[in-house]
Formats: sequence, structure tokens, C-alpha cells
Amino acid sequence: MTEKSTMKTIHIEPITRVEGHGKVSILLDENNVVKQARLHVVEFRGFERFIQGRLYWEVPVMVQRLCGICPVSHHLAAAKAMDQIVGVDKLSPVAEKIRRLMHYGQMFQSHALHFFHLVSPDLLFGFEADPAIRNVIGVARKFPELAVQGVMMRKYGQEIIKATAGKKIHGTGAIPGGVNKNLTIEERDVFLKDIDQMMAWCRSALKIAKDYTLQHFEEIKDFGSFDSNHLSLIRADGAMDLYHGNLRAIDAGGKKIFDQVNYNSYRDYIAEEVRDWSYMKFPFIKSLGTEKGWYRVGPLARVNTADFIDTPEAEAARKEFKNVTKDKPNNITMAYHWARMIELLHSGEKINALLHDGDLQGTDLVVKGHRRDEGVGLVEAPRGTLFHHYRVNENDQVVMANLIVSTTNNNEPMNRAVSRVAKDYLSGKPQITEGLRNHIEVAIRAYDPCLSCATHAMGRMPLEITLIGHEGQVLERKAY
Amino acid sequence: MNEKTVTFIVDGKEIKARPEQTIMKACDEAGVYIPRLCAFKDLSPFGSCRVCTVKVNGRPQAACTQPVGEGIVVESQTAEIQQIRRNIIDMLFVEGNHFCMFCEKSGNCELQAMAYRLGILAPKFPYMFPVRGVDASHPDIFIDWNRCILCARCIRTSCEIDGKNAYGFIGRGPHKRVATNSSAGLKGTDADVSDKAPANCPVGSLMYKRIGYAVPIGCRLYDKNPIGSDIEMKKTT
Ligand code: FES
Ligand code: NI
Repeated sequence: MTEKSTMKTIHIEPITRVEGHGKVSILLDENNVVKQARLHVVEFRGFERFIQGRLYWEVPVMVQRLCGICPVSHHLAAAKAMDQIVGVDKLSPVAEKIRRLMHYGQMFQSHALHFFHLVSPDLLFGFEADPAIRNVIGVARKFPELAVQGVMMRKYGQEIIKATAGKKIHGTGAIPGGVNKNLTIEERDVFLKDIDQMMAWCRSALKIAKDYTLQHFEEIKDFGSFDSNHLSLIRADGAMDLYHGNLRAIDAGGKKIFDQVNYNSYRDYIAEEVRDWSYMKFPFIKSLGTEKGWYRVGPLARVNTADFIDTPEAEAARKEFKNVTKDKPNNITMAYHWARMIELLHSGEKINALLHDGDLQGTDLVVKGHRRDEGVGLVEAPRGTLFHHYRVNENDQVVMANLIVSTTNNNEPMNRAVSRVAKDYLSGKPQITEGLRNHIEVAIRAYDPCLSCATHAMGRMPLEITLIGHEGQVLERKAY
Repeated sequence: MNEKTVTFIVDGKEIKARPEQTIMKACDEAGVYIPRLCAFKDLSPFGSCRVCTVKVNGRPQAACTQPVGEGIVVESQTAEIQQIRRNIIDMLFVEGNHFCMFCEKSGNCELQAMAYRLGILAPKFPYMFPVRGVDASHPDIFIDWNRCILCARCIRTSCEIDGKNAYGFIGRGPHKRVATNSSAGLKGTDADVSDKAPANCPVGSLMYKRIGYAVPIGCRLYDKNPIGSDIEMKKTT
């Protein structure tokens, strides 16, 4: 019998409450046991072609077209690459801090949105609950104060983005070698006025995530879980640093695979595998190969890789988090939510500190240097490590662009999570039940995937779940 | 008081002018703004874009080239004429590739500002998506052909102000376009970073390099006041 004739596949669509769209297919064998589950994203590399020939200083603004959900991360990663193109290795303190404020503002609003609007229904109602109430409207009815907090925190982060980048999306704040504006006293005072409230809400969100994880530990510890490597940027002293650092990768037990690697040489350490069934590539650590080299990125990976966090409240929260796994890396998929809320608190603390820093009112905005022809920029975006890499010719035009977006870094982990859940919740019954769909959704949502930028698309695309039988026949296809 | 004065009416308002003036010049001095793209204060009138269309005694004319006349009746801000202007702006948008959201001229662009002033929210004609390139061969200036609106302000500025001949029209009808005066492109011309021509481009087509987004959003030319307000401000004097 051929491979194809012994498989069935289930596709599920659309995954509600993830940003963008994708497609899940579940392949069954003749006994209706799950062989494999795949998250497909119809990749559309329009962007790399689109910026060929464009002038390098346009890129940090242009790349925001990649994604309406995480434009600031692309803006900053591209700006960092363009800093190298204009020969600037160190920004002025004002520029560095304005960019950081923009970045923490983005982290803050993205994590708050994800937690309150997308995740809290699962945590507050339990992910077995009826989808009719397990949604943001249900949260608003039962916990109106939480829904308001979500909206206000998102707005706070977005206003920070607007104050530093000029606009909430398609801002222009980060330019090659620096920034185009500082933060005035008046702008600062608006944020100072609300920061204490924001911090209080960060703490309560963290508490919800932590309590949920600890109270439901037995049921979630294996949910969509698996051991993996973890990768992130890390500061020279081992502190978590979301804006800048060197690359660190650790294995599932916490052993370092590489550490303090200058990200300009990322290509010596990371490669991308192409699989025939997916347009989204599968990045892996070269020294470990495709089988063992895949890794997780994002909040869970970052809390795992960091030796410490340099803000006191988030550091205390990190220690509590690490206690659960006796200081070893945490490999539980659902722990992403707790880790994400530690980062939310950390971002709040960073914003608070920056608002009290007089450098933000400085006027030394741009540094100049000698032109180079290649630049790499990495940031820790809300969803994980984001790579931008460009080559620019002597006429200032982009001739090569390579992007590895956060969600692509999590491609293999998301597939593993879906496979694990499909195996646990489907095997034996070749049909897409409500429960199956819910659990797949919950597992994918833990990674907060941004499918719209993973596909480098200019828009959004549909997602579906299809069940394919052992003769390759479509048993069921569902759209919700 | 100059005895050589003509008096005419614009939208019901009486305006005095010198007889050699165009309708646009006279209106500018009187603080009455007539929308325009190819007309530019330091350049001779050209009359190509027709955004300045007004009705003179009931007949459409270009205000930037039409001389004033004693007793003429000019209509400018009527619904009909504003619609003509909107249609012209609409067509300019769809026949090029104008991506305001990332264009470095955004906020300083006269085409964009005119669309805002005239209340155009989305183009009503189908996009043509022409395939056009970028000439980045010059070390300090570049041309993005995607954004050219054929106003000839670069051509005229190069001749009349810069004392050069760096740009010219080639082709006819729908094939008409601005070309550089060298087969090697911009780098083969005598265009220079000290030229005024890039500064006088109304859109993001002829640009100085490496300026990019140096001016933050909020501080750009048209962030606070719509295009034409400088002229309308003069009303009080
Ligand atoms: S401004 Fe009069 S025709 Fe262009
Ligand atoms: Ni995105």
C-alpha cells in the first residue's frame, strides 16, 4: 500500500481568535488514528519582490505593509538593519530610548490585546465551555471590568506608539541612524498620569494567568506540549532584552546550544527548511539539523532563555514561573500565557522607567556613519524573534531582502502542538467535533500566531480544517 | 491708486487686478485660492493639469493661464467645478502608483493634499497599476516614475531657475512621460543636489536622496492646514 492510500486528512477552518488566517489538515491512517497534523499557511512572498529596487530609507516604513497587526516590530527590525546600512552601530541615547519606548508600547498593547480579547475567554470560562459564551462578548458580560481593562491597556500602548512613531500604524518614527522625534514633556505627562493604573492592571492580568496555570496544572501540563529548544535575543549580561541583544539558544533541559551570537551571523546558525506541503518555511538550528534543530520563540522561549529580568516585579514573577519547573525550561504550551503576562508587566515597568528618563526629551536624534551594503536587524517582537536582512547597492536601492518572522520561527512548534492535540482528542473518531476544533484553536492561540505576516501577505487569507481519510479522500471540511 | 485696474467677479466676490495678471494670480493676491498642481509661484504658467479649471462667463478655462478681463464673471467653488477637479485628481491617482501610506512625500505632497482638500476618500476609477521604475543612478537625487504626474515643474524649474536642461517630455498622448536628458539616466545629466528642481516636484517623484522621513508626522507641510490655506490666510490683509 502506498503512503497516500493509508492516510486520511482532516482540515479545520477557520481558527477563530488568532490574528490572520490559516488552514489545518489532519491526516489519518486506515484505523482513523492521527498520523500527522499540519498547519498550512498559504505563503505569499510578495513582499521581498515588492521592495526590490526601493530606496533603503523607505524600507522601515514600507515593511509595515507586511502586517497590520505587528507593524511596529517590522518598523524597528528594518530600522535596525538600516542603521547598519548607514554605518551606525550605536544610536544616540535619545534615539535608542525613544525606539525602546515605541517597542515596549507595542509589546504592551499586543500582549494586552491577545490576553484580554483572545485568551481570557478560554481561561475564564474553561476551554470546554460553549463557544457562544467563550468569547470576548461573554467576557464583557460576565467580567465587564476586565474587558474595559483590555481596551484601555491596548489604547495606552497604541498611544505610546503614536507619540513615538507619529501614527498607530504606518508610523515613521525610526529612521536610519535614529529617530525623527523625541517625546515632549506634554506628551510624557499624558502617559505618566495613567501609568500607575496600567501597572495595577498588568499585575492583575499576570495573576489571572498564573492562577489559571497553577490551578489547572494537571490538565494543561500535557496539553499540546512537547520538549523543544528555545531561542531569543539576550542581553550581554544574560538579562531579558526585547529590543536588542545577541542570540541564545537552549535545549529543552536548559543546556546552551549557542550563546551571545552576534545576530549579523545568524545565517551561520539558523537555516530554513522547505517542505513540499507548506509554503511557510521551517527554521532550524544548523548544528542540530532539521530533525532536532527546530525551536520555539516568543514569551515562553524568552522567559526560558533569560538568566534574569532587569525589572524587579517581572523578575519576581519570573522566579515564581521557574519554580514550577525547578528552574529548568518550561516546555508547556499553555505556559505561554503566563510568560506573556510576565512580559506585559516587564514592558509596563520599562515604560514607567523610560517616562522618568530625561533623555527622552533630548534633541540629539540621529547619528551618521559610513555607508555599508548589508544590514541585519533583529528584535524580539511580541510573538518572538523577528529577523530582517537586506543588501543595498551603491545607488541606495535594496537588492536583497530576507525576513524570518516570529510566527515562522514557531512553525514547527505550532505543528507539533496541533498534532499532539489532534492525537489526544480525535483518534478513533474520524470527525471534526466541536471539542476537537476548540482544542486545536486553543493550542494554536497559545503561540499568538500572526499568520498575516507569516505569509508576507498584503491582506488576510482564509483558514479551514479538513479531515482526509486513508485513501486521500476528504472526509470532512469545516468552516465556522 | 493705479488707474490701470480691472475689476471682475469670482464666486460673487468683486476682485481688483492689474490687466496683465492671470485669474489665478489676481485671486491669490485677493486671498481666494484656486486649486492647482502644475502652476507654481516661481515658474511661468503652463496650463497642463487643468486642476485650476474655472468657468469664465460660462466657459471652462485654466485660471493659471487665462488673463483677467474687465467685468468677467468667474465661477470657481461651484459643485460642478469642484467635481471636475476631483475627477482630474482621481485620474492622476489611478494612472500612477501612489502609495501614500509609505511614500516619503506623504504629508508634503500636493496631490495628496489636494485630494484631502477636495474630499476624495477613495478613487472611483479602476487602478491602472502601470509598470514603472526608479532611477536611482544619481548619487544625490532620484526619480520614482511611479509617482510622476507630468506637471512639468521639474522641466520648467531646471530651465527657468536652475539654468539647466536636465529633464524633458518624450512620447505623446498616453505615452507621454518625463525623461532625463541623458541615456545614462539621471547620473548622466548635469542635475545636482543644489538644484531647485527636486524641491519643486509636487509629488514624491523627483526627490533628494536620504531625506526620507526626517520630518515627523505632525510637523509636515499639510499636517495642520490644508493646501491653499497660506493663500487664504492673506484674506485679512
Ligand atoms: S494649475 Fe492651471 S492647468 Fe495646472
Ligand atoms: Ni504580523
